[in-house]
Amino acid sequence: MVSAVFHSPLDSASPEAIKSIAGNAPSTGAAKPLAAQATAAAASATAAPQRRDWAALSRSFWMAVLPPACGLGLLLGIWALVSATTGQSIPGPAETWQQAVTIFSDPFYRNGPNDQGVGWNVLASLERVAIGFGLAAVVGIPAGFVIGRFTFLSRMFNPLISLLRPVSPLAWLPIGLLVFKGANPAAIWTIFICSIWPMIINTAVGVQRVPQDYMNVARVLNLSEWKIATTILFPSVLPYMLTGVRLAVGTAWLVIVAAEMLTGGVGIGFWVWDEWNNLNVKNILIAIFVIGIVGLLLEYALVKLATAFTFEEVKA
Amino acid sequence: MNASLTSKFIEVQRVDQTFKTAKGLFPALRGIDLTIAKGEFVALIGHSGCGKSTLLNLIAGLTTPTSGALLCANKEIKGPGPERAVVFQNHSLLPWLTCFDNVYLAVERVFGRTESKAQLRERTDAALALVGLTHAAQKRPGEISGGMKQRVGIARALSMEPQVLLMDEPFGALDALTRAKLQDELLEIVARTQSTVVMVTHDVDEAVLLSDKIVMMTNGPAATIGEVLQVDIPRPRSRVELAEDPVYLQCRKAVIDFLYTRQGHVEKVA
Repeated sequence: MVSAVFHSPLDSASPEAIKSIAGNAPSTGAAKPLAAQATAAAASATAAPQRRDWAALSRSFWMAVLPPACGLGLLLGIWALVSATTGQSIPGPAETWQQAVTIFSDPFYRNGPNDQGVGWNVLASLERVAIGFGLAAVVGIPAGFVIGRFTFLSRMFNPLISLLRPVSPLAWLPIGLLVFKGANPAAIWTIFICSIWPMIINTAVGVQRVPQDYMNVARVLNLSEWKIATTILFPSVLPYMLTGVRLAVGTAWLVIVAAEMLTGGVGIGFWVWDEWNNLNVKNILIAIFVIGIVGLLLEYALVKLATAFTFEEVKA
Repeated sequence: MNASLTSKFIEVQRVDQTFKTAKGLFPALRGIDLTIAKGEFVALIGHSGCGKSTLLNLIAGLTTPTSGALLCANKEIKGPGPERAVVFQNHSLLPWLTCFDNVYLAVERVFGRTESKAQLRERTDAALALVGLTHAAQKRPGEISGGMKQRVGIARALSMEPQVLLMDEPFGALDALTRAKLQDELLEIVARTQSTVVMVTHDVDEAVLLSDKIVMMTNGPAATIGEVLQVDIPRPRSRVELAEDPVYLQCRKAVIDFLYTRQGHVEKVA
């Protein structure tokens, strides 16, 4: 009977049999190894619900990891396919990876003004975006507040904004070059122009959408315009404003690459163009990834910032 | 009720209010005449859309009348002001401020020029204690219940030591038990502070329990005051004892009679 149980542990009769063996096991030396296995089987039987939990956990883990991995795999697959069919004129993922490893092993080198590490190029672009975007925030956010608060100004500026907003920021580049007489300020000017609109518009909309209830509180308390701005307008506009900031940074990062292609100097956009002139396609592909990753990080940081400052709406 | 009840404190004189809507002019109120004495508790009652809140907003100064005049303490009401505190229907607390800061905002506005920071804080604490919310002072409105929010709203209004307390269905959104509790608290607070109160309600029991005078409004459009009922029940009033009080029942019947028999359909009574 012992051997029968051992050979068919999944028999319908087995659980009781296993228990009986486990109970009897210590008395007979020969039964010991069998008993050990039998108790293990019994233990795993009782642990089944726990294991199911673990299974659910691992399933949700795989559902979180597998689809993005598949997406990435698809990208690499298509890339490899394109690379193979074009006869390596577009380098494949493996070679690009190797090139990336060499590039990122020394991202901060300087061999003259036109040959600098990718790190310097990214930092130069980020610096331009920061300056242009910062200036746009300094001008755009207060402008948005004022436009949102006063109907006259809103009607005055709405046609101007509607007219200028659809213009590609790059169309402003020659004006920037003309006025500022330099490539770098012109690029910053382009960033300024492209990132100011989302901030003005979103801030103004936020101000116009401040719940009337809050404004009634302000009116009953007869608060000063400054107090209204700091205690009521600003906190309730903040989520809208941060949306504007997020859109602005996204656009600025899109535009800087194009602007730098035109202005030259140091910067990730210039680097792409420079590598195109060198016919170094691997570096262009790497640049595309670097631009994407930096953009992703900017977006992620601003989303985090926005959620930290969004107040739960009070519902009665 | 006391002797000062005879004096005029708030006067509403031949007030009309017409709103411009997409469909043209909408006459909300017509020919409103009302006098409220100092220390009096007045309830405005009527069916939905009869212009109760419109009248309250006029007294608050949040809107201006199309014609007619409103006076408070013999001065024309030109706009809203902290001497006429409003408890809003939906409490209107600022969600990014703690309960303490919500009340402090009002206290600072009214007493900030004359009193020290410590005194202002003391006033704020006192107002929160008055509504029994000392323990929730540092919580944000999102973290407390609807009844508690409404109490903070009342604390904010009371903290300004207003001449008039205007309440727009302050307990409308609350459950019956919480409402009863807050009504009792309000009775107590009003008795202590001797405030003049104008309260919009559509709860007959609430109106009779709380007020000295019930202003019953006819159905809109062009609503007006249909009837004014004096509630001659001595204070302090107890909810439990009133349940069998003949005057209470009589008043209650009069209001119900007005609302459901005479104003069951749209018509003018006055």
